[in-house]
Amino acid sequence: MINKSPVGDPPPPPAVRARGLRVRRGAAQVLKGLDFTVERGSVTGLLGPSGCGKTTLMRAVVGAQARVTGDLRVLGAPAGSAALRHRLGYVTQAPSVYLDLTVRQNLDYYAAVLGIPRAERARAVAGALGDVDLTSHADALAARLSGGQRSRVSLAVALLGTPELLVLDEPTVGLDPVLRRDLWALFHRLAAERGATLLISSHVMDEADRCQRLLLMRDGRLLAEGAPAELRERTGAGSVEEAFLRLVDADRARESENGESENGEGDR
Amino acid sequence: MTVTRTLATARRVLRQLGHDPRTMALLLLVPVLLLVLLYYVFDADPGRFAFIGSSLLGIFPMVTMFLVTSIATLRERTSGTLERLLTMPLGKGDVIAGYALAFGAFAVAQAGLATGVALWLLDLDIAGSPWLLLLVALLNALLGTALGLFVSAFAASEFQAVQFMPAVIFPQLLLCGLFAPRDTMQPVLEYASNVLPMSYAVDGMTQVLRNAEVTGDFWRDVVVVSGIALGVLALGAVTLRRRTP
Repeated sequence: MINKSPVGDPPPPPAVRARGLRVRRGAAQVLKGLDFTVERGSVTGLLGPSGCGKTTLMRAVVGAQARVTGDLRVLGAPAGSAALRHRLGYVTQAPSVYLDLTVRQNLDYYAAVLGIPRAERARAVAGALGDVDLTSHADALAARLSGGQRSRVSLAVALLGTPELLVLDEPTVGLDPVLRRDLWALFHRLAAERGATLLISSHVMDEADRCQRLLLMRDGRLLAEGAPAELRERTGAGSVEEAFLRLVDADRARESENGESENGEGDR
Repeated sequence: MTVTRTLATARRVLRQLGHDPRTMALLLLVPVLLLVLLYYVFDADPGRFAFIGSSLLGIFPMVTMFLVTSIATLRERTSGTLERLLTMPLGKGDVIAGYALAFGAFAVAQAGLATGVALWLLDLDIAGSPWLLLLVALLNALLGTALGLFVSAFAASEFQAVQFMPAVIFPQLLLCGLFAPRDTMQPVLEYASNVLPMSYAVDGMTQVLRNAEVTGDFWRDVVVVSGIALGVLALGAVTLRRRTP
């Protein structure tokens, strides 16, 4: 149960399955051959320091990233397929909402884009607003909201179409502790009640224990994959943060031993 | 591409404008005020005012829609909203057509107001139908929208986007026949003016100004301007990438 369960593709394919995932940006290799699986219905945390490739990995999963090689399947289909656009919710790191529209007008537009019929739109919008606790600001212009409120509007957009896979890029950064707790409760509710899968990135290690499974990244590679308790146990650390640091140290030691030979065979 | 999504996009763009009354006022009033200014500049020469005024009725929508669209789509590209939209079931055609529809509708209001003021308050005397002036103005607005959408792909900031205005619009303005008849220009420039869309936009306006009936040249102008507008819109669609580096 550590990782890479050698599946013969059971009935529901995993939410995300990557084999040899590589991404190039300019001359740099940003993702250097990742293998991982995100199980259906799980709340999976993607953790690692800033600049380690978390956003690139998420963009690859939602099909927004160019120059992706390797095998990346999302809900059983190749990442970026047109059929997936109905089934994914993606929240970018910077809130992608229209500042010159009200909160409700933002959600109303995205609901129309997602194909929610006109008659059901108001209800879907009200539901998403309630989920992120912004009902009282529905008619405020997004430009007038605080940064935290804007990122919640951005999150609400992703909740509109009841997606099967939610890819959230640092959704809780800059929010106060109460709100963060409420949002994590919401994430777990989405997984438990709607059966949604959530892939959530963070560079704040104390959020790790709120996830069922973790993917720890460093410098474009995957250091470890597993449940928080499992990672602590495996490294003999008291916290996920400590476990991460131990893994980094071990990784560095291995690097200097091998003389940095992690860049494998060439790709296109 | 679906009707619902295209219309939703057009409505969203208009709603954004609706929250910006100052921009709306500038878009609607500046052309009118400039026409009034021009009227008094040519106080002694009403014929000259008719020629330049009718040409400007065609040029205003193109220039303003170019600027508005290039900034609006640049914002979409840089704010992450476009990236997000393109991970959703939205066609590139929905984005393009939505913008064209919204700014086209706005251009009709802008050109209607300017044409009305020119014809009835400033006594601009045209031989043809004012509806044809409006038609050309609308096509010019679409051309401006198309060009703005296209060049926004090559601008990394709003500073750069604004600089495309003198780069893309001014040469056309100089060569379109407004300052000197095109057939009196240095031959190379005349050839250049033959392939620039604004030459046809201005010629279309002049045809309506001078001829009571609809001329063959007028239809040629209409076809050229709308053809180029559609072509550039298609090019604009190519610059919308679902996958970006």
